[in-house]
Amino acid sequence: MTEPVLALRGISKRFGEVVVAEDLDLTVAPGEAIGIVGPNGAGKSTLFSMIAGEQKPDSGAISMLGRDISSLPAQDRTRIGIGRTFQIPRPFEGMSVFENLLVFATSGAGLHGHAAYTRAAETGERVGLGDVLNAQAGSLGLLARKRLELARGLASDPTVLLLDEVAGGLTEPEVADLVELIRGVQQEGLAIVWIEHVVHALTQTVRRLACLAGGRLIADGDPFEVLDDPVVREVYLGTTLTTEEDTA
Amino acid sequence: MNTPNSLLIRRSRRSSNLSFVALGLVAVGLVMMPYVVYQSVTSSMVMLFVLVIIASMWNLLAGFGGLVSIGQQAYIGIGAYTVIVMADLGVHPLIGVFFGALTSAMLALPTSWLAFRLRGDYFAVGTWVIAEVYRLVMIKFQFVGGADGKSLVGLSGLDPVMRSALTYWFALGIAILTVLGCFWLLRSRIGLALTAIRDDEVSARAGGIDATRIKRIVYLVSAAGCGLAGGILVVDALRVQPDAIFSVSWSAYMIFIVIIGGIGYLEGPLIGALVFFAMQQFLAEMGTWYLMLLGVLAICAAAWFPKGLWGAFSQKTGFRLFPVGYHVAQRFDTPVDSRAPLFRN
Ligand SMILES: Nc1ncnc2c1ncn2[C@@H]1O[C@H](COP(=O)(O)OP(=O)(O)OP(=O)(O)O)[C@@H](O)[C@H]1O
Ligand SMILES: [Mg+2]
Repeated sequence: MTEPVLALRGISKRFGEVVVAEDLDLTVAPGEAIGIVGPNGAGKSTLFSMIAGEQKPDSGAISMLGRDISSLPAQDRTRIGIGRTFQIPRPFEGMSVFENLLVFATSGAGLHGHAAYTRAAETGERVGLGDVLNAQAGSLGLLARKRLELARGLASDPTVLLLDEVAGGLTEPEVADLVELIRGVQQEGLAIVWIEHVVHALTQTVRRLACLAGGRLIADGDPFEVLDDPVVREVYLGTTLTTEEDTA
Repeated sequence: MNTPNSLLIRRSRRSSNLSFVALGLVAVGLVMMPYVVYQSVTSSMVMLFVLVIIASMWNLLAGFGGLVSIGQQAYIGIGAYTVIVMADLGVHPLIGVFFGALTSAMLALPTSWLAFRLRGDYFAVGTWVIAEVYRLVMIKFQFVGGADGKSLVGLSGLDPVMRSALTYWFALGIAILTVLGCFWLLRSRIGLALTAIRDDEVSARAGGIDATRIKRIVYLVSAAGCGLAGGILVVDALRVQPDAIFSVSWSAYMIFIVIIGGIGYLEGPLIGALVFFAMQQFLAEMGTWYLMLLGVLAICAAAWFPKGLWGAFSQKTGFRLFPVGYHVAQRFDTPVDSRAPLFRN
């Protein structure tokens, strides 16, 4: 049996009274695509922060391909292949789009010289930022910033990519492009964990869906079964999931 | 696999080649100065070069590394005292200046272990306290003159005019090396990481950058630069006085220069040092008023030109004297989809 690309065991985390993870387990197989849904403030982004090493869980262990990475700092996790996007994009505002990508291609993917340039330009072109490679990242609008987040994640040559609401605010054709792009990279062998409120984008991409609520995964399995699960519908009642699903 | 050879990245633009010619001419002009102007002019310009050096160092540290130190005078003092001690041991003072850079960097390493535990305001205050500790330790040593300081031996035999010109050229040379060194550093891989840290440290770590390591490098480089500046000050004044050399006003000058000139731009400290130097020359008679004027100016600059004079100018014109960026001059000509996959695992 191959080692899971990511394995979270007994992860707990709270901010004061707010419980964002409680004895949470999650495994991601190599090349697998998993969607994560859950109500606002459930702790989805915090979960990514803990996997990426930006925040520490109160307890529990995280391993990647069989190696315990719980004590690795964020930069080392990027280098060994955990890519992440920030829900609220965090570009290097004073640098160009290309330079943003170059950081990830050099420090993240460990490339040098022309190989790094090529990767930076390729990932930029691939997400549709080819025309603005020389533009200052601080001058980009929200959509372009989101694309840049995705491209930066790709540029670091990850084994698993954590996507945090990259489809929010996109038009239908843009969502379709995004889905095609993400399916494309997944077919090249990249494992994907995708937090998204735009549920139909998820159902077109993933074969497994988990729902995070109250610090636990209250459902985990086939996307349509999870979405039909009465418990999941309960936590989502009157929130984005139901409306998105009904319009989809 | 087809390699997209058509991708072309440029590190400089035509305008910056011109600016290099202009800078070269300025440098040549500065080298000729001792032949054309009075000695009083060149000897006062040594201070300009010292200001350029220490402000460039503070800009690296605070403008890029986000390390707002108000204790860099520690390394100015250490550099100065190194020259004094080495001269007593028979080392030529101009050589001693380079040892000053070395001792400053060496002491900066253990200091960084301590100071880097502090964040934000605490770091600023902590570095100041550390500088004071260095001063207090220094005046305990009688062999370097205690609280009175000590004179420099080894240069007094020289003809005063010759010595003054030599000091001028030496200071000019080190200032040029410092500016070029900063330029080289920012163009390197470390510079790319440093610029990313300047913009967003959390994001930089997510990009695979070991921010703490990069900051430590910058802290050591900046200590070495301040050590050089301290050495020049001793060579110029022929003596060291602990309260003056370890004075926190050095930090005030650095901050003023960098804020006025443009923080986070290599060009900022150059412009800022010129402005500051000019003000010093014309307004020094005003005494305390002059210091208050400086403070008011710095606050106004911070309010209206948050990126300083250079920042305001370069944002309007897009002009950079020192091109450190990467410009995509030509993109791929093959369509994206026909190229090799991004992931091979
Ligand atoms: N650094 C922090 N300090 C204190 N509380 C925090 C911190 N980060 C997140 N929280 C809180 O933890 C909870 C979970 O936040 P998180 O951003 O992980 O939610 P989310 O599931 O991603 O929500 P959304 O769908 O709105 O993005 C929220 O209540 C948030 O206010
Ligand atoms: Mg979130």
